[in-house]
Amino acid sequence: MAKKLKAVNDFQANLIWIGKSWAQVDGLAKAKGETVYADDMFLPRMLYAKMLRSPHPHARIKSIDVSRALKRPGVVAVMTGKELPIPFGILPVSQDEEALCVEKVRMIGDPVAAVAAIDEETAEAALEDIVVEYEILPSILSIEEGLKELEESELADAQIHKYADSGNIHKQVALEFGDTESGFAEADFLREELFYYEGNTHLPMEQHSAVGQHGADGRVTLWSSTQTPHYVHRALAKVLEMPASQIRVIATPVGGGFGGKTDPFQHEIVVCKLAMMTGRPVKMTLTREEVFYTHRGRHPVLMWVKAGMKSDGSITALHFRNFLDGGAYGSYGVASTFYTGALQTVTYPIANYKFEAMRVFTNKAPCGPKRGHGTPQPRFALEVLLDKFAEDLNLDPAELRLRHLIPDNSLTVNHLTVTTNGLGECIRKVTEASKFKQKRTASISGKGFGLGCGSYLSGAGLPIYWNKMPHSGVQIKIDRGGGVTVFCGSTDIGQGSNSVLAGIVAEELGIHLQHVIVVTADTDLTPVDLGSYSSRVTLMTGNAAIAAARPLREKILTAASEVLKIPAGELTIRNGNIGKLNSSGERVSFEDAVQWAETKFGTLGSVGSYTPPRRGGKFKGAGVGPSPNYSYSACVAEVTCDAETGLYRVDKIWLAHDIGQAINEKLVIGQVEGSVYMGLSEAMMEEQVYRTGKSGSSGIAGPAGLHKIPSMLDYKSLTSLDMPEVETILVETHDPEGPYGAKEAGQGPLLPVMPAIANAIYNAVGVRVDEVPITPEKIFQGLQDLNKGKSGRIGPKKFPNVTFPEPLHIDPPSSG
Amino acid sequence: MKQLISLKINGESHEVWTSTHKTLLEVLREDLRLTGTKHGCELGECGACSVLIDGESILSCLVLPVEVQRRDIQTIEGLAETGSSGADVKSHPLQTAFAEQGASQCGYCSPAMLMTAKALLDKNPNPDSQEIRQALSGTLCRCTGYSKIIEAVEQAAAEVQKGAALG
Repeated sequence: MAKKLKAVNDFQANLIWIGKSWAQVDGLAKAKGETVYADDMFLPRMLYAKMLRSPHPHARIKSIDVSRALKRPGVVAVMTGKELPIPFGILPVSQDEEALCVEKVRMIGDPVAAVAAIDEETAEAALEDIVVEYEILPSILSIEEGLKELEESELADAQIHKYADSGNIHKQVALEFGDTESGFAEADFLREELFYYEGNTHLPMEQHSAVGQHGADGRVTLWSSTQTPHYVHRALAKVLEMPASQIRVIATPVGGGFGGKTDPFQHEIVVCKLAMMTGRPVKMTLTREEVFYTHRGRHPVLMWVKAGMKSDGSITALHFRNFLDGGAYGSYGVASTFYTGALQTVTYPIANYKFEAMRVFTNKAPCGPKRGHGTPQPRFALEVLLDKFAEDLNLDPAELRLRHLIPDNSLTVNHLTVTTNGLGECIRKVTEASKFKQKRTASISGKGFGLGCGSYLSGAGLPIYWNKMPHSGVQIKIDRGGGVTVFCGSTDIGQGSNSVLAGIVAEELGIHLQHVIVVTADTDLTPVDLGSYSSRVTLMTGNAAIAAARPLREKILTAASEVLKIPAGELTIRNGNIGKLNSSGERVSFEDAVQWAETKFGTLGSVGSYTPPRRGGKFKGAGVGPSPNYSYSACVAEVTCDAETGLYRVDKIWLAHDIGQAINEKLVIGQVEGSVYMGLSEAMMEEQVYRTGKSGSSGIAGPAGLHKIPSMLDYKSLTSLDMPEVETILVETHDPEGPYGAKEAGQGPLLPVMPAIANAIYNAVGVRVDEVPITPEKIFQGLQDLNKGKSGRIGPKKFPNVTFPEPLHIDPPSSG
Repeated sequence: MKQLISLKINGESHEVWTSTHKTLLEVLREDLRLTGTKHGCELGECGACSVLIDGESILSCLVLPVEVQRRDIQTIEGLAETGSSGADVKSHPLQTAFAEQGASQCGYCSPAMLMTAKALLDKNPNPDSQEIRQALSGTLCRCTGYSKIIEAVEQAAAEVQKGAALG
């Protein structure tokens, strides 16, 4: 169910595809089972690979004996980390992963050896033939343990990575914009709160899978379920020590990504190397358990927040202090750390802002980017905090927010540029649709309404590795028969980026979608697009596609103008015909006009690229946060909670999203509904958790550091029976930076869901759960607490006492 | 140990010489290359491998082929309507509805969702939304939030009803 609010103008009234609803270009192939995912590939003489994984959370590898495995019939090759010693990683500052561990393992599930055999079963059996001698090292399994200062003598054994800022503190950040202390002094109300957000994982339906091939021409081809073929291409060139021109990476259709297939991975590198060693194609598909170890999901974050507010509701100062449990490797962690501070400022004006964070290494699966990357945790804290302030001020929570919104064309305290902000409209529409003001009562009735808001970037302003090249490139060629082929490195992970690309080119060239052929995500064929992450694709490839299509449109109109003897300025292409703008006179087909254009100009092809505007402050760390534009979302949740047991049901979700301009309305609504689902699932139940205990200890169910629930049955997620009705409202702000005014849709709508649920539960039963997930058990504890006459607040009670470095002081833009 | 197994899949007979311990899922995908049927866990938890056996939606990762010899197995590849020659005539209304409604995002759970929905519609041509939710609850989807899938099944049900009325 969806409603759309639209500012109609002449430009929009003339659009054929943009803003309408049409089927995904690859939708029917998916419904017919035709789509070939990575594991669906079978090449002649293909071998199957498996990796032997560490049973210890932290251990030195003393020796690996593969001799018995090599003798097993059916085994074609066995490799260890010595074959590929060059480290890699997604960020240049954390090249800390190895294809197979060389000196030590840092988590249960770290791979140490790989086997290629004639079938999967033989490969798996051969893993048991490999003998690894480990020396157990102390394991670090919590934020508190990770923060512990290490003596010089402890470093060799207890430090997970030598390059950490100190001990096991991977990265520490301290920034202050303005003067928070004087901001607090000006406040009428002060609050200091602790929040905890548990880690959770992407759980894509498709397990990671990759096929490597070493051709007769000496070139290596990798087919992989990846969101970022370009970054995988770079990692392969580095680790295999081959020129990138000798490597081809093809992203197969991705069966669910959500950020979980955005790093270069060990199995991708290993299949290429095994293909080179054996001269045969090699496939590796991870088991579901292995997918849980591969992870890169939501960081567990422990937060301390202090905020000052005037009696009018304006925020005088905000101070966030975050600890992130990073797991065993860097992944996107440095970016994640900055993201836990960067985007709190783009919704409501904050006069003074201080942000301090530490990411610690622990001996668990590495965390990274999951839908919302680093922003859901602090956004949860901020939106629950505002709910508490609204109560202090005796104000409606919607009213509190509506009074204080970042204006269009403004700079935030941390130097981010906000071009358009549709949050006010989102809040108004979502509260009207849900009758929030009328239905939400202060009395404890078991029925509750909660509001949450959020904002997300439409693409990171900077690439992962430092360069000034375009972020997205599109190439178009037109066949004499009128077929238009669009080449782009962008990767469809189900969000519909292929459809966006086709729709924009069809719109620009005035033809039907069926004449547009999309070729994507192949480093041999397609210009670089940085990949499907940071919600960047619609905005960036969309702009690149427009840039590529317009010169071709000009050529076609010019050629038609000469033949028809009508000035080009009076011609247009519409519905596959070229004719006068006022529809009078002769019309010719697109196909004929294309042939005239090829006669006049030669082969018809063009390129277009997009580079985001250079924005943001000049301080260290200013690279994380800037984006061409920001999407805004507001969510109302209605819940019914049993005041005795804490069991609750989500009755309905209303979500309004500032999409700028929908390219394909149906796909946008699909992204909103999917985000609401994923947000609800993590708000209510999802947890990536590990066995605790003393370092090296082992219970009957496994050692400390072992994933507790690496299966789809035990790792709970919402089913079709649990999912409530979602009412989506699209708000269009027509942002000047986006293609036709578009913003992102894939991540932003998730952000307000978790705090909306927390606020609704409080409204229903008076229990504050200041952590995620919000389980009935926690609500039950809160209810018991209330019955004893206490606060009924459930959440972290302790916060590590750690000294942060002196913050970097930056003046807010207004004072400069 | 290998054995010759006779399977009837999408109306066609297949004789497969294969290991007896392989699951139906593995035989479909690896021996017969019917890769439309997917896998998400191979432990009977996610529902992605559902196929129809005598019209019932069954997890193919929990079935041994020897158990289902000569029974009527239907996979996503056999969902389209076929003519007497065996040629595909047109997409099943569920397939069209999935494409039109945007019920497939990544598409990985779609074959299982579609086969399970077919089993439902064959038994109950006019299910309400709760019955659809119930029928599909064993198959996980991480993209859509299920809304568009349920709307697509409703659309297909209406389509099938209309077809039956005309026929």
